[in-house]
Amino acid sequence: MLTVNGQTRSLSLDPRTTLLDALRDHLQLTGSKKGCDHGQCGACTVLVGGTRVLSCLTLALAVRGPVTTIEGLARPDGTLHPMQQAFIDHDAFQCGYCTPGQIMSAVACVRERKTTDAQQIREYMSGNLCRCAAYPHIVAAIQAASSDMASDS
Amino acid sequence: MRAFSYQRAPNSAAAIRAAAGQPRGAATSASVQFLAGGTTILDLMKLDTMRPQVLVDLTDLQSSYAYIRSDERGLHLGALTRMQAVADDPLIASLYPVIAQTMLLAASPQLRNMATLAGNVLQRSRCNYFRNSDWGACNKRDPGSGCSALDGLTRKHAVLGVSEQCISAYPGDFAQALVALGATVEILGSNGARAVPFEALHLGPEHPERETILLPGELITGFVVPAGPWTRRSTYVKVRDRESYEFGLATAAVALHMEGSRVLTARIALGGLAYRPWRAHEAERSLTGQTLDETTAMAAAQAAFAGAVTHGENVFKPVLGRHTLVRALLQAQSMRVA
Repeated sequence: MLTVNGQTRSLSLDPRTTLLDALRDHLQLTGSKKGCDHGQCGACTVLVGGTRVLSCLTLALAVRGPVTTIEGLARPDGTLHPMQQAFIDHDAFQCGYCTPGQIMSAVACVRERKTTDAQQIREYMSGNLCRCAAYPHIVAAIQAASSDMASDS
Repeated sequence: MRAFSYQRAPNSAAAIRAAAGQPRGAATSASVQFLAGGTTILDLMKLDTMRPQVLVDLTDLQSSYAYIRSDERGLHLGALTRMQAVADDPLIASLYPVIAQTMLLAASPQLRNMATLAGNVLQRSRCNYFRNSDWGACNKRDPGSGCSALDGLTRKHAVLGVSEQCISAYPGDFAQALVALGATVEILGSNGARAVPFEALHLGPEHPERETILLPGELITGFVVPAGPWTRRSTYVKVRDRESYEFGLATAAVALHMEGSRVLTARIALGGLAYRPWRAHEAERSLTGQTLDETTAMAAAQAAFAGAVTHGENVFKPVLGRHTLVRALLQAQSMRVA
């Protein structure tokens, strides 16, 4: 049983199946990306029980707690999450491949209150690599979304 | 990845039972392995470097072995405590700053949210000849096969405590803090509980495939860091190729008990430079009773690397290591401690 974005699904899985492969290949949630598949790039970042983790180094069978992926951030009416909107407003990507992981990690980063300044954001986003090097815009997007998320809650 | 069966251990007795009874031998090839954060073992299983047939998931033991407690004896850390919990703990940051720093400077937030303390100290070598099984010779992976690193790319390899059997560097950070602070590791097995000096947990390179004193089925349940007048004046310096999210090329954990500028007690561990978590006893002795300044710090650093053995590219490491230790000592001295 896996609860993803509020929906509980029963799956029959080989023990080798990572959470990332379960999401992408069994639940057709292809937003979470497979970059390195070895826990080095952060493209597969999702929230489990509200905590950001790497789904490529998590066995699906070992998951305890609800999973939130990039597909679960927007409201049902399609309104984007403030972090998603900020990434668009600040042009915080080029090719977009790392972006779902960046956004999931950024949402957690704000909730962890690790966005005091640009330096702290950079340190706490260090697990998400961007080969297009959109880092300055990613930091700007997180700074903007950080205040939006604070005023929302 | 090769097929394996997965089970969840409901308690420590079940976990120990599941893994006990295996032949004592290579850490890499044991057929039953424990799964905690998974950040090392799943990586190495994907690389086909580790091939367990059974994974025993310890996560349900969190209720017993994930804790941070402090009393007059010292600091008690549960084996299954997540690294980020230690990094964020304000009490550890003020009373045992070197421990907090080894967490904050390690890995990435996602990995720290997953990885446990015991898993961290047991993390495996980052030597590419070990990790990549396309390289035939690796005594750590395949006992007796030789060492591909000896005439290979050695920039990240060790210079202290190495042998012709293996020159890989112990990659962790937390272990250096535990070594410097004289911690004890608590172990539970089918014959009951035992407590061992942390410094004795990791074995030397005579049999690289055997990495620790843990017997089949034995679990690390916790760590005890004794209180002492040196814990507040403690720091970790980590020199690496990029500023964040990278293993250390040279690291130093230092804890000092000072009276004015005179060193009463110095406790020093080095990382990124040695085969296993490395206590620099000679450097500690050379500082005891001395006035700490750049000259005495460098003399201590010279003593720490007197026995260094380099291979090819890593010839720079004793130099980098000495300067890293000097910086850590002077940084600890300059700390304002209440």
